[in-house]
Amino acid sequence: MLKLIFKIFLFLWLSAVIIGAFLYAPLAKGLGEYTRVLYFHVPMAWITVVAFLMSAIFSIFYLWQKNLIFDHYAVVSNQFGILFSLLATITGSIWAKVSWGAFWNWDPRETSIFILLLIYLAYFALRSAIELPDRRAALSAVYSLLAFVTVPFLIFIIPRVYSSLHPDPLINTEAKIQMDGRMLLVFMGALAGFSAFYLWMFTINKNIVQLRSQFEEKEF
Amino acid sequence: MHKIWFVFRKDLLQEFNTRYAFNSILLFALITLTAVSFAIGTYSASDEVKAALLWIILFFSAMSGLSHIFVKEEETHTADTLKLLAQPYQVFAGKLLFNFFLLIVLELIIIPLFFVLMNFEVDSLPLFLLILLLGSFGLAGGGTMVAAIISKASAKGALFTVLSFPILLPVLIIGIDATKMVIQPENSASVYLSLQTLFAFGMVINTVSFLLFDFVWKE
Repeated sequence: MLKLIFKIFLFLWLSAVIIGAFLYAPLAKGLGEYTRVLYFHVPMAWITVVAFLMSAIFSIFYLWQKNLIFDHYAVVSNQFGILFSLLATITGSIWAKVSWGAFWNWDPRETSIFILLLIYLAYFALRSAIELPDRRAALSAVYSLLAFVTVPFLIFIIPRVYSSLHPDPLINTEAKIQMDGRMLLVFMGALAGFSAFYLWMFTINKNIVQLRSQFEEKEF
Repeated sequence: MHKIWFVFRKDLLQEFNTRYAFNSILLFALITLTAVSFAIGTYSASDEVKAALLWIILFFSAMSGLSHIFVKEEETHTADTLKLLAQPYQVFAGKLLFNFFLLIVLELIIIPLFFVLMNFEVDSLPLFLLILLLGSFGLAGGGTMVAAIISKASAKGALFTVLSFPILLPVLIIGIDATKMVIQPENSASVYLSLQTLFAFGMVINTVSFLLFDFVWKE
């Protein structure tokens, strides 16, 4: 029952966010309709970071406790990480077409999300090259952690060192949020809504891998 | 410390006998340099292109040989003996030292050739060498760690480049940018920021590799 309420609530919440993003929130000063992508692009990028962070945490747990279930969780987070980084890339690229004139121009931001995608595709390439489950889990956990320490360089340092045209309202150098009240409301609503959506999807997949590993144990 | 030196000397002696890694790295670099110099010619390339080409040559030659250090231990089944003889961190430090040494030797040969063949000039030679040194530090650290990972997997050769490329791309990006700044004297002031970033990256990747190597080596 509680789950059903949660689902209906989430549906209404996300609908409200989508309607609010197009109708309620005012436009940023001097900018066109295309700025509304903000309410979708930034949550996607945010979830990408959360997914990869979770995957790194699960990798640490695996190396610590050697329980294969953590390896399965790390895989699930990485899959979502790839999905959401693709979504963030696509929404960002559409915005770039309208505002900079090209879908892709190797802006530091674009470079970094592209490398991020490469890292996590390499993660799955590594997994497919190892047969033994224990060894696969340990080596991919190590690779995942090794890759994770390069993420701050890609996301935070390289765009700071090399001038980027990417607007950065959320984590800017002055740590200030420069947004109108109504914009901020919709923005935070979108962030919370999509995060809850992500956690829900993650829980479903987590239950699937739990069930699957229980069945596999019974077979042996 | 003694054991680190021991591992390093063992690998160096082995390398003197077979010259496998050194030959493949050096020849790869020579071939790409020749191809590039042939295709572009001495005078037509701009400074930006030269800086990028230099790092691409170095990066991919490193990719062709750095993995040998751990792959050979698995192929000849000597990894277990090494596990008995030294602690994991000593093994890693020795191998890292060897790969770093390999890169430095490669640069000693390739960089003068690049200067000659590509009509390459830098404004400040010490800064340029510092960039190369810090870049090699990062490349050797990440390369050695990924080599340890892939030595336990199948399809080693192809996997090494696939896995190390995204991890080491920050070195490539910052290295190219810093080299561009060194070529053109008016930009030399901001080169220190790039040097700091290169240094930070090298330190981070090497520290994490040292911490995680235990898990790979015992697997």
